[in-house]
Amino acid sequence: MLFNVYSDVPVSQSAGHKLTKIWVAIKYLWGYKLFINSIRKVIYSAATGMGLLWSSVASAEYGLNFPTPVTPIGQSIYDVHMLTMGIITVILVIMTAIVFYAVFTFRKDKGYEADQEFHNGWFGRWSWVIVPIAVLGIDLSIAGKAQPILEMLWESPTKECSDPTLKPEEKDKCYDMIVKIIGHQWWWEYEYPDLGIKIESRYTPEEQAGENYLRDVDNNFILPINKKIRFLQTSVDVNHAYWIPELGFKKDAIAGYISETWGEIKKEGIYRGQCAELCGTWHARMPAVVEAVSQDKFDSWVAQKQAEKQAALAEAASDKVWSKDELYAKGEAIYNVKCAACHQITGLGIPPAFPPLKDSKIVKGPVSEHINIVLNGLKTMPPWASETDLDLAAVITYERNAWGNNTNDVVQPADIKAARK
Amino acid sequence: MTTTVAHEADHHGPPTGIGRWLFSTNHKDIGTMYLFFALTMLFLGGASAMVIRAELFMPGLQFVEPDLYNNIVTNHAYMMIFGAVMPAAAGLANWMIPMMIGAPDMALPRMNNLSFWILPAAAVMLILSFVVPFFPGGGSQINTGWTIYPPLSVKVGMSMDFLIFAIHLLGISSILASINIIVTLINMRAPGMTMGKMPMFCWTWLITAFLLILVVPVLAGGVTMLLFDRNFGTSFFDAAGGGDPVLFQHLFWFFGHPEVYILLLPSVGALAHVIPAFSRKPLFGYNSLVGSMFIIATLGMVVWAHHQYTIGMSLGAVSYFMIGTILISIPVGLMILNFIATMWRGSMTFETPMLFAIAIVIMFTFGGLTGVMLAVVPADMQYHDSMFVVAHFHYVLLPGALFGLYAGVFFWLPKWTGRMYDETLGKLFFWTTTIGFNLTFFPQHFLGLAGMPRRIVDYNVQFLEFNVVSSVGALIFGLSHLVLLYVIIKAVWGGKKSEEKLTPHVWEGAKGLEWELSTPPPFHSWTTPPAIK
Repeated sequence: MLFNVYSDVPVSQSAGHKLTKIWVAIKYLWGYKLFINSIRKVIYSAATGMGLLWSSVASAEYGLNFPTPVTPIGQSIYDVHMLTMGIITVILVIMTAIVFYAVFTFRKDKGYEADQEFHNGWFGRWSWVIVPIAVLGIDLSIAGKAQPILEMLWESPTKECSDPTLKPEEKDKCYDMIVKIIGHQWWWEYEYPDLGIKIESRYTPEEQAGENYLRDVDNNFILPINKKIRFLQTSVDVNHAYWIPELGFKKDAIAGYISETWGEIKKEGIYRGQCAELCGTWHARMPAVVEAVSQDKFDSWVAQKQAEKQAALAEAASDKVWSKDELYAKGEAIYNVKCAACHQITGLGIPPAFPPLKDSKIVKGPVSEHINIVLNGLKTMPPWASETDLDLAAVITYERNAWGNNTNDVVQPADIKAARK
Repeated sequence: MTTTVAHEADHHGPPTGIGRWLFSTNHKDIGTMYLFFALTMLFLGGASAMVIRAELFMPGLQFVEPDLYNNIVTNHAYMMIFGAVMPAAAGLANWMIPMMIGAPDMALPRMNNLSFWILPAAAVMLILSFVVPFFPGGGSQINTGWTIYPPLSVKVGMSMDFLIFAIHLLGISSILASINIIVTLINMRAPGMTMGKMPMFCWTWLITAFLLILVVPVLAGGVTMLLFDRNFGTSFFDAAGGGDPVLFQHLFWFFGHPEVYILLLPSVGALAHVIPAFSRKPLFGYNSLVGSMFIIATLGMVVWAHHQYTIGMSLGAVSYFMIGTILISIPVGLMILNFIATMWRGSMTFETPMLFAIAIVIMFTFGGLTGVMLAVVPADMQYHDSMFVVAHFHYVLLPGALFGLYAGVFFWLPKWTGRMYDETLGKLFFWTTTIGFNLTFFPQHFLGLAGMPRRIVDYNVQFLEFNVVSSVGALIFGLSHLVLLYVIIKAVWGGKKSEEKLTPHVWEGAKGLEWELSTPPPFHSWTTPPAIK
């Protein structure tokens, strides 16, 4: 019966049947939801592209526009962005309408005769004046709107708000705290110079991060809200750029130079971004996460961090002789966070850029050479001398005994101390 | 303008064998070689683009390792800019300029040969820079992007040195070609053809050639300093040795921004021939178009730092670069106006070159308008280095440069080969390309605004949908070029010449000296100068 039904249908319908099959295959291959979502997004994007300022309404749901800014400067930037986008959308629509009108009207197949004298008419004689003046007017209105925002953004405050010499008119142009953002290949270091705190922030592996993979880190950048913060960016190796869209700005972190920005976060929350300047192999794995908290939470976080730091310093400074197992366990934890990005958790590395440590000549060779490379770096490997003696001793001990290297060497913090001299 | 030189070829035909091409001093043969070289590189660069989009189709590492991804991104840019677009524009110049100005050949034919034959050597260097890391001892891959910013580029293995030499060779080739074009245009015009009567394609190439001579040496200097930093212990770009990594960015973009106009202007020239021909009326605003080209070139030379707003320049500097950049919209607006006004009250037909021209007017305008958004410094603090930038410059360079060249090629192809290309397939190519292109790059605006940086091999799942759309579009865009290949092969080698004899004018509305020669034109263009009215 079924066979008969299909044998009787006209050709066009059987083609339709084929299409259904293709449709099923597509659903199977891509996942129905993904496909529907994509089509929905195409439609939404087309609507916005034709479109209008109301894309800001849609943005909350579909990510068509910037995320809602949380700093006053970010808000001004957002406003000037919406202004220019509105202007260009209107111009584009008008232009496209004119071109389409021309295309559908002045056609040879409609018998339209070309007006050979058109360029000698009044429009031909004056258009080269009219159009530039009109464009100049648009240009200047955009630039005029942008310039004050630029000035506010660009001139970072140089005085602390608590500074007694601060004049009343400078009250908006002062900072409450300084933070330093230091780019490394491929993680961020945040320093609070006045509080004596440094945190290291690395991407969370996919298994732990789940949906936030590449937008999630182990240690968030904790900042207080309603404080004017002066950000200083620099890098220790290659150029990076710190970009959190909600904060509304980015500046490059350049090796040997300091660039600065400033801002005041108005809303508590977690804001995700990532490195925006190509910085080598794992550029894609350099998320940056700001966690804006209330002043109270920030203060207790600071107290906790300072206590942790004291404890760690005390431990590292003690002349204790560590056992191999203690160092191995400590070293493994540090290695998996700081070294595994290049040399991999398996110790196999990614040759040729990142050599394997398993059965490596250096790791199984003289201890002094191994310590030397870790302290001073080699080729693409950065120097790690800023780590504590204890941490370095632990990592080196781990490397010399893990993955079947089994040298049984134990490196004590004292050995590192000696090697530094 | 009535001289028709039909039988010149009989008593002095082209040499035969491989020597015809290796030792060629003929502008048409060299032009042909340029165009086929460009076509080859277009497919290599296109293949690399396909790999990029395949990798970005889904989050995660599907096909390539991160370093290989960055290497492909770098090579895609160099192949497309220096391998495809610039040689294709030079090929059009070689073919058309002597025919347009009534000259027998280029002014410096032997240098013409040299400037072409440097290119394959440069291409070998470029390909070596891509493949050397895969050999033992080849060092690390070029993971810097085409901007090769130090300090990252200093850390790359020897493949970077190959790339630097490739840039040197490509630069030498462009400078030689530019000198040749300038000398030809200044000295070889037919009697009576004043500068003010010169065809628009010649004008745009004259300006392009001057731009090339002015900016390519700066790039060559910059990469040579990089070479010294890498191999000879200097520290031009190393802060630890008193240098400045930002200096390289200035040198690079002092070349890099005018380069955009170098890619754009020859295509604008081609459009200024295509649109009047299919509108059947003269170009609107010849003088203002020449003027706006001059202003574009001049302003384009002095706004380079808008590519690097985020490096921390002074307030005065960024304000200047912002205003300067926004002002470029004036000559560009005038140019677009002239094109639309040429169509206005015309008698239009819609062959493939004209379809491209109309699409370019709209899509290039859109690319230019997002350029205004990017020029606004505070907003650029957000857009910078995001996918928004990628979308913007592809909207400028694909319609502005590549599609303009397609329009030119389809316009002049019947003249060159003596055979009409397949109009149906030409239109199929146009529609698939245009749809594929928009599907690829339009969603990338949204990706950038949502916070996706450019040049990342792996991305968070929040960016999934638009990347899927973009990759599907890229596949359509890529496959459509197989149609282009077939159309070209068919027009060059397919069919019998005698069956479809074309008139010298080919197109009903085509005007100019190049259409007075027979179709296909004789081996030597104008052996006696034509008389200009």
